[in-house]
Amino acid sequence: MPLTDADKNHVRSIWSKASGKAEELGAQALARMLEAFPNTKTYFSHYSDLSVKSGQVHVHGKKIIDALTDAVNHIDDITGAMSALSTKHAHTLRVDPANFKTLSHTILVVLAIYFPADFTPEVHLAIDKFLAEVSYALAEKYR
Amino acid sequence: MVHWTDEERQAISSTWAEINVEEVGHQALARVLVVYPWTQRYFSTFGNVSNATAIAGNPKVRAHGKRVLDALGDAITHLDNVKATYAKLSQLHSEKLHVDPENFRLLGETLIISLAAQFGAVFTPDIQAAWQKLLAVVTAALSKQYY
Repeated sequence: MPLTDADKNHVRSIWSKASGKAEELGAQALARMLEAFPNTKTYFSHYSDLSVKSGQVHVHGKKIIDALTDAVNHIDDITGAMSALSTKHAHTLRVDPANFKTLSHTILVVLAIYFPADFTPEVHLAIDKFLAEVSYALAEKYR
Repeated sequence: MVHWTDEERQAISSTWAEINVEEVGHQALARVLVVYPWTQRYFSTFGNVSNATAIAGNPKVRAHGKRVLDALGDAITHLDNVKATYAKLSQLHSEKLHVDPENFRLLGETLIISLAAQFGAVFTPDIQAAWQKLLAVVTAALSKQYY
C-alpha cells in the first residue's frame, strides 16, 4: 500500500506542526503506550518513572518524533532513512516488531488530541500508511 | 469474569456521560471506512461509501454509527457481564453479517481516536487505558460466538 502523492502531502502538512512539539507529543505517545499496553513496559525496565511526567520518557519520546521527522523529510526513501535505526532495533534493542503497531496507534491518538481539526480521516489514513511503512522499514534488518 | 477497578469504572462512565453518541459513532465508523477502505465491503446497501466526502455525508453511516455506540452503552451498563450481554450480537455478526472479527479491533481503534479528537487532553493516559481495556473486552465478547 504505497504512499500516494496526496498521502505524502497530508503527512508533510500535519508533520510540519507536529515536529515543533516533538518532546511533548513523543512523551505523550510513549507514556500512553506504556500505560495502556503493559507488555511494552518490558523494554523499559531500566526507567524509574514510566509516566508522562518522567524525564526519561520525555527524552526518549523526543527521539522517536525526531526520527519520524527524518522519515518525513526522506519520505521517498523511508527504508534508507531508517536503515541505521533498523540495525539498532534488530540487533541491539530487539524489540518485537508487533510493538511498532502499538506505538503507531498511540501516535495517532496523540495527533488527534493535539491537532483535532487537522487530523481529518484522510490525514489519518495517510499517517497510518506512513507509520506502517516506517514500521516495515524498522523491521527490515531483523532476519 | 473481567475485573474492573473503581478508577476504571469511573474513567469509563465519566467519559460516557459526556459523549455525543451520534457524533462520536459517526466519526468512528466514518474513519474505519476511510482509513481501512476494504471495510466498505460490509456496507454495499448504504449507497455511496466510496470516498471520504460521500462517507461523511451519508445518513445511513451516521445512523449506523449511532446504533453501534448505543450498543456500546449496553456493554457499559453491564460491565460485569459483557459476554452475556453481547451473546446475541456476537451470533448475529458471525452467522448473519459474516463480519471478520478483525473489524471489531479496527473500530475499537478509530473509536479511541475519535474520543481523543473530541476530548483532547482531558482524555488522559489512564482514561485512555481504561477505554482500551473496555474495547478489548467488547471485541472478545463480540468474537465469542464465532465458530
